[in-house]
Amino acid sequence: MIQRMLAGGLIAGFAAGLLAALLHFAFIQELILVGEDYETGALVHFSDAGAEADHNHAAGEAAHDHGTGDAGEMPLSRNMLTVLFTGLTYAGYGLLLVAAFAFAGQLGHKVGAQEGILWGLAGYAAFQLAPSMGLPPELPGSVAADLTDRQIWYFGTVIATGVALALFAFGRGFIPALVAGMLIAAPHVIGAPHLDEYYGVAPPEVAGEFVARALGVGFVAWAVLGWLAGRFWAKEPV
Amino acid sequence: MREGNANAVGCDGKERDMNATTHSAAKTSTGLLSIVFVALVGATVLFLAGHAQSATLHDAAHDMRHATGFPCH
Repeated sequence: MIQRMLAGGLIAGFAAGLLAALLHFAFIQELILVGEDYETGALVHFSDAGAEADHNHAAGEAAHDHGTGDAGEMPLSRNMLTVLFTGLTYAGYGLLLVAAFAFAGQLGHKVGAQEGILWGLAGYAAFQLAPSMGLPPELPGSVAADLTDRQIWYFGTVIATGVALALFAFGRGFIPALVAGMLIAAPHVIGAPHLDEYYGVAPPEVAGEFVARALGVGFVAWAVLGWLAGRFWAKEPV
Repeated sequence: MREGNANAVGCDGKERDMNATTHSAAKTSTGLLSIVFVALVGATVLFLAGHAQSATLHDAAHDMRHATGFPCH
């Protein structure tokens, strides 16, 4: 049982992580580098320049050489680490997912590839979509509230959303659905930790595109993770 | 005498049911233990890769943490 869970979770996780890393370089990395150029001051957003008239000239000039920022230094090892850690993250997701499959199996719910996709999308909602509504993925150059507060809110939201989705899916009757609704809403009623003002230096267009792409990549990777994990899980009888 | 032995407690065939019940209960609890173990391994890997604040881990995982929407910095 343990070998089956470890093997299925790790293989599905690393495969989905590899796909997520590919999509990361296709859609996200360029925006991170642009965000870092604004973070380090290699690029200056014009609204900043307006506030500090002395730097006005820098905006137009810098806008043309953003490929040469120091963010590009040692890109190979930096990108290899991104691939490695994306793989590890999805391996962690994969192990949690198969553990949940096994627990559902103990309660008499079978999971195959089809159910796996739904499980994967539920994991996406719990780990990425719901937390993003309070703490959207941060483009480098964003400034956010205290890290520990954000981590507590993040994990609370993941757990509340995950439990709520399980109650929606497997609960019977009105009460579990009511509790599930309250659990899904609670983190957002409480509210994520935010600063009183906005300090971000990157243009909102870049940040918006970054968030949308981060959520899109997560959606695809989680769906594939659930599908693969479900396939491996269904291969052998419980 | 023989009949007496045959009817003694534990020798009437029901012991097999008992064994079966004990066995399946043990199997379930081993199953639950394995589930908890795998979930803990998964959560640990996820925490180290995504959330631990050691400077080395943070720098190495930086781009992924931003792209996955984990709270970073």
